[in-house]
Amino acid sequence: MKQIQLASSGKKGEKISSDCFIEICKNDSKGIKINIESKVEVMYGNSIRKLVKDMIKFFELNNADIYINDFGALPFTLCARFENAVKRLFPDITKEYLLPLNTNNKYKSSKDKLRRSRLYLPGNEPKFYTNAGLHNPDAIILDLEDSVSPPEKDAAQLMVRNALRSVDFYKSERMVRINQLPRGIEDLKFIVPHNVHVILIPKCESAVHVKNVEREVEVLKELYNIKNDIYYMPIIESARGVINAFEIAAASDYNCALAVGLEDYTADIGTQRTNEGKESFYARSMVVNAAKAAGIQAIDTVFSDISDMAGLKASVIEAKNLGFEGKGCIHPRQIKVINETFAPTNDEIDKAKNIVLAFEDAQSKGMGVVALGSKMIDAPVVKRAQKVIESALLNNIISKNWRE
Amino acid sequence: MKLEKNSAGRFVPTTVNGEKQIPFKGIGKHKPSGRIAAPPIRSCADYPSDGNKIVKNLKEALKKAGLKNGMTISTHHHLRNGDVVTNLLFDTIKSMGIKNIRWFPSASFPCHQHLIKYLEDGTIHHIEGSMNGPLGKFTTEGKMKGIGVLRSHGGRYQSIQDGEVHVDIAVIAAPTADPFGNATGDRGPSACGLLGFALADSEYADNVIVVTDNLVPFPCYPWQIQGNNVDTVVQVDSLGDPSKIVSGTTEITKSPDRLLIAEYVAQFMEDAGIMKNGFSFQAGAGGTNLAFAVYLKERMKEKGIKARFIRGGSTKYLVEMLEEGLTDYILDGQTFDLEGVRSMRENANHVNTSPFTSYNYHGKGNFASIIDAVVLGATEVDVNFNANVVSHSDGYLLHGIGGWQNCLFSKCTILAIPSFRDRIPVIMDEVTTLCGPGELIDVIITERGIAINPKRKDLLKAVKNSKLPYKTITEIQKEVYDICGGVPEKPKTDKNKVVAVIKWVDGTVLDSVYKIKK
Repeated sequence: MKQIQLASSGKKGEKISSDCFIEICKNDSKGIKINIESKVEVMYGNSIRKLVKDMIKFFELNNADIYINDFGALPFTLCARFENAVKRLFPDITKEYLLPLNTNNKYKSSKDKLRRSRLYLPGNEPKFYTNAGLHNPDAIILDLEDSVSPPEKDAAQLMVRNALRSVDFYKSERMVRINQLPRGIEDLKFIVPHNVHVILIPKCESAVHVKNVEREVEVLKELYNIKNDIYYMPIIESARGVINAFEIAAASDYNCALAVGLEDYTADIGTQRTNEGKESFYARSMVVNAAKAAGIQAIDTVFSDISDMAGLKASVIEAKNLGFEGKGCIHPRQIKVINETFAPTNDEIDKAKNIVLAFEDAQSKGMGVVALGSKMIDAPVVKRAQKVIESALLNNIISKNWRE
Repeated sequence: MKLEKNSAGRFVPTTVNGEKQIPFKGIGKHKPSGRIAAPPIRSCADYPSDGNKIVKNLKEALKKAGLKNGMTISTHHHLRNGDVVTNLLFDTIKSMGIKNIRWFPSASFPCHQHLIKYLEDGTIHHIEGSMNGPLGKFTTEGKMKGIGVLRSHGGRYQSIQDGEVHVDIAVIAAPTADPFGNATGDRGPSACGLLGFALADSEYADNVIVVTDNLVPFPCYPWQIQGNNVDTVVQVDSLGDPSKIVSGTTEITKSPDRLLIAEYVAQFMEDAGIMKNGFSFQAGAGGTNLAFAVYLKERMKEKGIKARFIRGGSTKYLVEMLEEGLTDYILDGQTFDLEGVRSMRENANHVNTSPFTSYNYHGKGNFASIIDAVVLGATEVDVNFNANVVSHSDGYLLHGIGGWQNCLFSKCTILAIPSFRDRIPVIMDEVTTLCGPGELIDVIITERGIAINPKRKDLLKAVKNSKLPYKTITEIQKEVYDICGGVPEKPKTDKNKVVAVIKWVDGTVLDSVYKIKK
């Protein structure tokens, strides 16, 4: 078999920014030659050379011509591209060049945190990562699936791994959408050891899919000594998935939400998406009911016209009325509208305030029963009211000292 | 070259292109006095009594003006990147075998890279104005014969008035003119809005040539340039490419990060109490500078607030605010799109202004300092709020000063800038080139947080209950250094070779730009 002589990774061209192109070519015992052209040569040229030399040493490269065309790639991007080129040239190399885990990234998540907005970030487009968290999404999703072309899957795995370690997502929940199974199982080792919070399982059709992911995650957690909880969000995107929605939702204690993806679903049932959405009403309602029956959150599909903010708002109101608690975002500008619209209304907040105050009053008096006027209030009503208040606080609608 | 440390702590030459210079002394400290510059006395007996000053071409006009080696020739930049007149002008000068011209534009654009060959062959000795794009690169690499001088729009007026620059010949491209020389920019196939940047030149130059592609019978009314100041009128086929002079419509940036900064700016102006009835602000056409006005408009409508005036850089967005009654006036310094041009032509409350009214240091006051808030950009700032607008962190000159320095005198100067561009941090320990002293810069708004100059205790107090992410400037700096991979290195320059100087609004030298070492 002919050996590969040359491999590359990354992007080049006039419009490329915050990325780089790396080419490594074997040369027969001519030693290491490095040629770097960088847009930030003056500011970070020496720093780039130092990093590259360190990676050359780490991967034990001896005879290679290395060409780097840099368009302002941040170190985590440069490292991912370099490692990718190395592994494309030497497929037997398995060791990983890991940058230190950013200390701002060590926060944990919880099963029932707010998940109104989750921003999709294409897995091979690092330029979108650094500022993603500034737009205040409840979660970011590093996507290994549909936004990554098949030949770039290996590049995206390394990029997403490095992003999880290096990029500060400013307290947003850290999600990764893996590939459709069985391929998605291969993705897990690139994310599980690096503080991922939620794994999105696309095109999920049965409980077995969730259990397969869970089994592999448990193995990896053991192997890498990972202590933090990792949650799952299966995405229902087919007729079969809709029919099995409840078994999927209840497949794991670590399921935190059930989501619906309508592009694939409508194709599967042989129709297309309309604005009115009659064709998907059954699927969406099924997902909501399955999720609620399993005690987890129901998350709606994305709204794809990024310039139509009024349409987005209407679609959020509709989703909220159907019982959904969150929606996917494909552009940062959608986040604010989604967060605000999923937020409780003033009317809801006023009612919740009264209930919570009555509950706290009863507690302070040592009373077991909460009453508002002549009406008894059940525990779940109190819990929902507390959630409304929590959400109102998170949405900056009321202040921390709202009781005053 | 002898360099002296000025009061901002920067080293500047004491002589530039053979002329003695005064190092920056501090804001408002340098006040030249006496009577210095005035146009030469003219007699109408020397001009055609029928008012027809047309000559057959630019060459004739230049001959008539007595063009000689070493003269100073001025142009304006209202035609922006669509300008062909300046290139034609220097083609003509070259064909006449004239050398060592001091070119004194109000700004240059990438289209003027055509002139690099004339800088190389000695037709042009040096540029005093702005050195944008390719001209900036040429200058920074030390290839220009003389030393470049960068001035603000106001500084340009000042330099003419106090005798620092004597303009021998002013060439004024005019979208509409009559044979007498009355001229306007608000109509004609190459309409650009107004001609304010050419005003001082028309008043003080020894000789004034108006070049037009739309000659109308006398009178051209309203006139922005008075024919009584004009020596000759030249007709040409075209002043330039209209699509590059003004855009059809100005589009708002789509960058989510810039829009976030713009939202922060609008909210800051409300939270700080700047947005109130009868207030004023300035908006431009650049990404964030335009977008904030759109967000501010929403807030003004919601709260029922009306501005007294907006200074532009006018665009269709400001025109909409004027037409919807959200401001009494637009005071326009340059017009960026066709809607702006139309409004200026049709709406008496869309007022054309000039660097004299708005920016001039030698005026008895100016509009810029009356404004409640101005939103500007910058290439770099430093931890002491000093800012750079002409060069990048790699040491290359790339932009002019424009009205930027003059605008710093507003009551609240806001720099709306990304905290880094690709991998280039914007907040430095010390700016590469000092263009604006930190004491005039009040607020820096980035996508990562808002830093208020600690000197502005009143603003700090005003925003106490604001929910925006306030940080110190060093906190934002550290965050960005962490992202970019440490402290950036500085460009290697030849400290003995000054290639350009930055003038302060009063004509003193604020900083030097050095030759890049490759």
